[in-house]
Amino acid sequence: MSLDDPTRQRLQSIIDSGTVVLFMKGNRQMPQCGFSAQVVRILDSLIPDYTTVDVLADSEVRHGIKAYSSWPTIPQLYLRGEFVGGCDIVTEMYQSGELRNALTSPA
Amino acid sequence: MDRRVRIEEKLRESFAASYVLVVDESHHHVGHSGVRDGGGHFRAVVVSERFEGKLLVERQRLVYAVLAEEMGNDIHALSMQTLTPAQWAEQRPQ
Repeated sequence: MSLDDPTRQRLQSIIDSGTVVLFMKGNRQMPQCGFSAQVVRILDSLIPDYTTVDVLADSEVRHGIKAYSSWPTIPQLYLRGEFVGGCDIVTEMYQSGELRNALTSPA
Repeated sequence: MDRRVRIEEKLRESFAASYVLVVDESHHHVGHSGVRDGGGHFRAVVVSERFEGKLLVERQRLVYAVLAEEMGNDIHALSMQTLTPAQWAEQRPQ
């Protein structure tokens, strides 16, 4: 799937809008998918604030983000502009303590 | 052929995997939008030497690449464990 420049720039600016940005289905209060809910639970347990983007509310973002990261599923977590992974990876990094370090270490 | 078996065979072949298990967990997600569209929820374990020296993100990208055709059609969601034979040996119940 190709990505046009305006969409790429838009996604880039969303990803750069916060230190921790989660593309998910639904929002932090009401996740609309079990995998998104799991990542929210993990982030909630580690940090007070982060940005979420509801892909269900914006089909350009929903399809674009998969091409942007070459990752075909949602949720997708970004830290300081870098793609971290989806639900399995976030869960594994949480269990190993790696995620806590990554989220709480200074930039 | 059952799509679960087809996915399993594709993974086994593509990764020369020493162990592959794909479980269809779609019945846990009845009524979920992805299921209504015909896509299943699957869980996969893939053990392969090809994962040696690769980050989790890279390993999972390789799996998604192999299943590119199925993603969004037969597969709505895929949760996976991608292990090297050494990791698999460690994690296996004694």
